[in-house]
Amino acid sequence: MEGIKDKVAIIGMGCTKFGENWDKGAEDMLIEAAYEAYEDAGIGPNDIEAAWYGTDHTVGYLNPGGSLVANALKLRNIPITRVENACASGHEALRNATFAVACGMYDIALAIGVEKLKDTGFGGLGTGRGEHPVLEIRRTAPGTFALLATRYFYVYGLSPEQGKMILAKIAVKNHHNGSLHPKAHLRREITEDMALAAPIIAWPLGLFDCCGNSDGGAAAIITRADLAKKFRDNPIYIKGIGLSMDQMLPLFRPGFDWLGFEANRVASRQAFDQAGITQPRKDIDLAEVHDCFTITELLIYEDLGFSPKGRAREDVEAGTFTLEGELPINTDGGLKSFGHPIGASALRMTYEVYKQLQGKAELPSRQLKNPKIGLSHTLGGPPQVACVAIFGNSIG
Amino acid sequence: MLGIVSYGAYVPWFRLSRDTIAKAWGGRSIGGERSIANYDEDSITMAVEASFNCVKEIDHQSVDGLFFASTTSPYQEKQCSSLISAAVDLPSEIITSDFANSLRAGTSALRAAYNAVKSLSAKNVLVTASDCRLGFPQSEQEQSFGDGAAAILLGSSSVIATIEDAYSVSDEITDVWRTDRDNFVHSWEERWVLTQGYAKSMERAISGIMKRQGLKPNDLAKVILYAPEVRSQRDLAGRLGFDLKSQLQDPLLTGVGNTGAAHPLLMLAAALDEAGPGERMLLASYGQGSDAIILQVTEGIKERQPKPRVKDLLAAKRMLPSYEKYLSYRQLIEQAPELFNIDSAATTMWRTHRWALNLHGSKCRRCNLVSFPIQRVCYGCQAKDDFEEVKLSDKAGKVFTFSLDYLAGGPDSPSVQTIVESAEGNARIYCLMTDCEPGEVKIGMPVEMTFRRFREARGFYNYFWKCRMIR
Repeated sequence: MEGIKDKVAIIGMGCTKFGENWDKGAEDMLIEAAYEAYEDAGIGPNDIEAAWYGTDHTVGYLNPGGSLVANALKLRNIPITRVENACASGHEALRNATFAVACGMYDIALAIGVEKLKDTGFGGLGTGRGEHPVLEIRRTAPGTFALLATRYFYVYGLSPEQGKMILAKIAVKNHHNGSLHPKAHLRREITEDMALAAPIIAWPLGLFDCCGNSDGGAAAIITRADLAKKFRDNPIYIKGIGLSMDQMLPLFRPGFDWLGFEANRVASRQAFDQAGITQPRKDIDLAEVHDCFTITELLIYEDLGFSPKGRAREDVEAGTFTLEGELPINTDGGLKSFGHPIGASALRMTYEVYKQLQGKAELPSRQLKNPKIGLSHTLGGPPQVACVAIFGNSIG
Repeated sequence: MLGIVSYGAYVPWFRLSRDTIAKAWGGRSIGGERSIANYDEDSITMAVEASFNCVKEIDHQSVDGLFFASTTSPYQEKQCSSLISAAVDLPSEIITSDFANSLRAGTSALRAAYNAVKSLSAKNVLVTASDCRLGFPQSEQEQSFGDGAAAILLGSSSVIATIEDAYSVSDEITDVWRTDRDNFVHSWEERWVLTQGYAKSMERAISGIMKRQGLKPNDLAKVILYAPEVRSQRDLAGRLGFDLKSQLQDPLLTGVGNTGAAHPLLMLAAALDEAGPGERMLLASYGQGSDAIILQVTEGIKERQPKPRVKDLLAAKRMLPSYEKYLSYRQLIEQAPELFNIDSAATTMWRTHRWALNLHGSKCRRCNLVSFPIQRVCYGCQAKDDFEEVKLSDKAGKVFTFSLDYLAGGPDSPSVQTIVESAEGNARIYCLMTDCEPGEVKIGMPVEMTFRRFREARGFYNYFWKCRMIR
């Protein structure tokens, strides 16, 4: 297996303001994300040869396929494919578009993702997962991820107070980072005390341990690496993409330890191998990871090899992953603070990596110094699927 | 020898003080407390509980009949005994039948089972009676009723008490009733109901069977008289010449309440808990007539398993904090609707019933890994369609991890989400915990599985399993 390193480049990206976009439908957000990306790439809609569209559950009618993108963007009879892989849907759009461009089928492709959560009438991420009439009928996202926190605290001998303090530090970091980004949903700084005193959503997780329930859209325009410089001086190259689907739902999987996800470990290893990364903590300059809950971010530190197993706590306490730290993580606020419109999230993360690697983060206060390699990571499903993509600002 | 092979009882975990009910209405309390089915329980689930307790030590393959008796069957059309049979995991070659409408339905089912075994049309028939009746808010019945179930296995070998005779009288009287359009039980004037209905029918049936058997009051060790209230039971027993202290079985009204069609069998279970070999017992029920049965306890009673006795069930309890909680459990007050509604499908429930209702997992024949739900391709070794089904419903487990979810909502918020590791091959089961204090849940806590009603969807009731602390 050869890998995807330096075969495809991103030449334009767009991202809407995330949040409670009451006055915008999914189509509006698709338009805003796509047109920002066109402008960034210096192209128009007729230059797009194919599109992949990631969404989890936007637009309820039967078999919408790619029609929402076609209707919104009026793309001229080109192939448009809707992809869905839970929270990794945005990554799936990018991943499939990348492979199509790499094989030479298309020169320019659009990867776009959107989610309109604020039309569901429900203030959190879903009750019941629809797998079966009774099997998981009252399961919620926070309820499921809280299972990890309970077990993690138990195995590593943390009292609820100690455990919740570690999680609070992650929430404080991500809120701080989000407060600096004009497009983030939740732009308020919080303190550890606020996080610890917040109402419980699913014990042991409180309100500030949970990501924003947001609307948003994001888009990327990609081309072959050898064509990229025709569009811009500073394209961002794709170095590796890994995706793993755990072979059985953790809820029922015999022996599952509830301390991390095999999908995270396998997907990141696939991506690292392609990109030639041997020491993730050293080789990567920034990472945008799937912090749907603070406990998820803590486990991802370990799953992705940034912290030794069971010792992410020490790195949190040392400030390793802050904006000024050794390996800044979720520099735009992450799902926690930037928001989590499911199908858009992977492309929003990629947008942040892209801008940071170009040195174009909106404010000097949040621009990292000379980052070269960045990573975006999603974890989705019940949760069962993970995708890791690695990007760099030069070939080689 | 023909008679009772085994028995089991069930009383829900929750009790409501009658003072709490009286206080809500500013009325008079009849004293004591009543049992309250949890919001996820109904006559079917309580019948499953009692049946489980009854056949715990019995080879399920030997049971070839199941009769379900209730006046509060969740379905007017659709058999419930077939559902109970699946949840209890009885063989499918079995006579199933529902007995309804009368408070005598439990003893009528017992008579029918006796006749079936006697006529050799069945070998072992499980009779389960369960009720969850609603008294009108503010009525005395609201206080005096209780929820519960009992189960009796009849057969002809390893009998712990023989059935010597059964005698019935029928009496057309509209004393206590509920039409097909009523939620609550109606009653005519109580004095008339008790003196002209209850007392007369009971006396006729009891005198009739004693005369036929040539028995004097002193020949009976225990008289188990169904009773809607204490005083009329004691008056009746006194008139029939029984000694109230030594012979009269406690009517369970103070701590449980009148459990309707289940009540005679629940009292019988309590009597069998204390019975010794050679004792003769009389059981009598009432409901537009009366069924009287004479039983004789055998030496086999010494082998009786000590599985939850009625007194254990009475001791394991939690007081409901408020009358409103009771109203919400019975859906007598409207609550905010759930915004996220997952659909159901009768076909899906039917197709997956081996794990969804029978709670079977799959055990790989090659690598022995046990999985739930049933997996056609083994998670461990990828063997395809090479497994045997294993029963998880009767296996204990431990809480591997849990969360207390306030987002899911519902009458028992926070809902306790658990990953259970089953004693059967460490199979993992994701489920809700019920009958619990969320603050008491801990990793490693021993739990058992319990069959519960989930919700109404697509117009029918959906049932599945939860876990609960071992009482």
